[in-house]
Amino acid sequence: MLNPDLKLNIKIFSDDVEQVPIRKGFGAGLVQGGESNKNIVALCADLTESTQMNFFKAKFPERFVEIGVAEQNLATVASGLAAMGKYPFFSSYAMFSPGRNWEQIRTTICYNDRPAVIVGSHAGVSVGPDGGTHQAIEDIALMRVLPRMTVISPCDAIQAKKATLALSANPRIAYLRLAREKTPIITTEDTPFEIGKGQILYRPDGLAQVAIVATGGLVANALRAANDLDKKGVKVIVANIHTIKPIDTDLLVQLAKETKAIVSVEEHQIAGGLGSAIAETLAKTYPVAMEFIGVQDRFGQSGTPQELIEKYGMGTDAIIAAVLKIIERK
Amino acid sequence: MQQRDFTIRELELKANDIRQSIIAMLLEAGSGHTAGPLGMADVFTALYFELLRHDPQNPSWEERDRLVLSNGHICPVLYATMAHVGYFPVAELQTLRKFGSRLQGHPHRDFLPYLENSSGPLGSGLSQAVGMAIGDRMDNGIATARTIYCLLGDGELDEGNNWEAIMLGGKEKLHNLIAIVDRNNIQIDGYTEDIMPLDSLTEKWQSFNWHVQEIDGNNMQAIIDAVNKAKAVFEKPSVIIARTIPGKGVKEFERKFEWHGKTPNKEEAAIALEELRTLGGKIKSEHQ
Repeated sequence: MLNPDLKLNIKIFSDDVEQVPIRKGFGAGLVQGGESNKNIVALCADLTESTQMNFFKAKFPERFVEIGVAEQNLATVASGLAAMGKYPFFSSYAMFSPGRNWEQIRTTICYNDRPAVIVGSHAGVSVGPDGGTHQAIEDIALMRVLPRMTVISPCDAIQAKKATLALSANPRIAYLRLAREKTPIITTEDTPFEIGKGQILYRPDGLAQVAIVATGGLVANALRAANDLDKKGVKVIVANIHTIKPIDTDLLVQLAKETKAIVSVEEHQIAGGLGSAIAETLAKTYPVAMEFIGVQDRFGQSGTPQELIEKYGMGTDAIIAAVLKIIERK
Repeated sequence: MQQRDFTIRELELKANDIRQSIIAMLLEAGSGHTAGPLGMADVFTALYFELLRHDPQNPSWEERDRLVLSNGHICPVLYATMAHVGYFPVAELQTLRKFGSRLQGHPHRDFLPYLENSSGPLGSGLSQAVGMAIGDRMDNGIATARTIYCLLGDGELDEGNNWEAIMLGGKEKLHNLIAIVDRNNIQIDGYTEDIMPLDSLTEKWQSFNWHVQEIDGNNMQAIIDAVNKAKAVFEKPSVIIARTIPGKGVKEFERKFEWHGKTPNKEEAAIALEELRTLGGKIKSEHQ
């Protein structure tokens, strides 16, 4: 059942659950964050509306800089603004920022120690019809290798807003990963959020056999898989890791001790993403069997988000299959 | 704030002292870049001893001008000038590139907090300076008293990131921004016009809506005059294309691209120091 302490959306398992793009939460959060933190400035590379920065631009035009289609400049100008005491949020599609401007982020933001938030929208294959060039499935890996970088991947629009507000209140260097497509609303306004703290969303009655650890838009699929499995008598915990770096080691060790079997779920290449981060953490603390749901060293293509999630093995059925497989391995 | 009562001749002699420090520190370090730092000694001297609003006794003074070094590999001239103007002891220059030194092989703010930026990877300093100029204008409006300087190499203008910054600087009409290009015509693999032709640099920058001056970058008076003129330009950012002689001050090194990324050995350093101490043989040095 859903964890009652987190006050989650009780309609999550209904067919008519409300669905909102995760990026929308960022757009609303940045306006609110900008009201309380006057140092916040926003920069965009010709994707102001797509990345939902248009609301901030409308409210604070004097604190918005249009960079044009120039992602290297986007990151480095942000570094310069941060040097003058500003706290920049800069957005584009994740494929281009941090995809194209990785070295600028490394040198002028991380190495230079200038607090700024990289907002990568349209991450994952669920970008859909635009095709593989626009589907960032390597960005978590790119960002989590950087010293001083916090990596946040919210599970729904409400959590994206809370993450944006948390970042607004406490300046740091961070990557905020957003998705384009409508995603089921899992949390509510009353659900707590703390950077670095994972959340157990779902816990079966009795002993759990497997823990699914998910991030981003696929958390909803993980919950559906757990709910279906529960009906068949397979007991599964679902945890949401919205902060991939620093990762919640205590929670992961607790889940590993309890279930001895972890299935990671992410809309990202298997190499270098959430699953890798979990494996690195558990290998040195409490090693257990793992299965990895994610893109298997391939590029995406055009299609509907649902078609692509299925095609690349990240749908509810694939998660269920991974859970059953790891139970066999135990 | 820095006293500014030096004559041109005194500034030239300071540049000469700085060149000697550059040779000494590169000899001790055993690796690093020689041609660029020697060529830019006059520009750095003019900036730190005459033009910059800064206070070596209070490096984090909020009202200071900002100086962004984009081509971090010429940091020996930055470090030597900062030492001579009083940020840290001249003796510390001998720690360049050594383990634990504040003077990293390429500048790093973590180690030397007086720096405005860490740099080394080419092509991203000007963007940072553009960001600083925009941030300064957000706080202080167009009547800002601060000037943001960016020093960059000519070879690094091969980098596309620079042209993104040049476009944005022109669009935003950042009159509080002055870029100084070290136009020494060399880069690691050879002469710039053979590697990737840059001329006409003046026309390129002008077409991006910048105010452009071309000067002799080894002429102290010309440097000071050009910066003061750039400060008087309104509604446009300024670039000063400073034509410098790479390896300036040591005839054996001058204009040779081979000296871009290597350091003098003991004999070469002795020749260089002799030349600098005697101002090219014009005077008998008391050090002799």
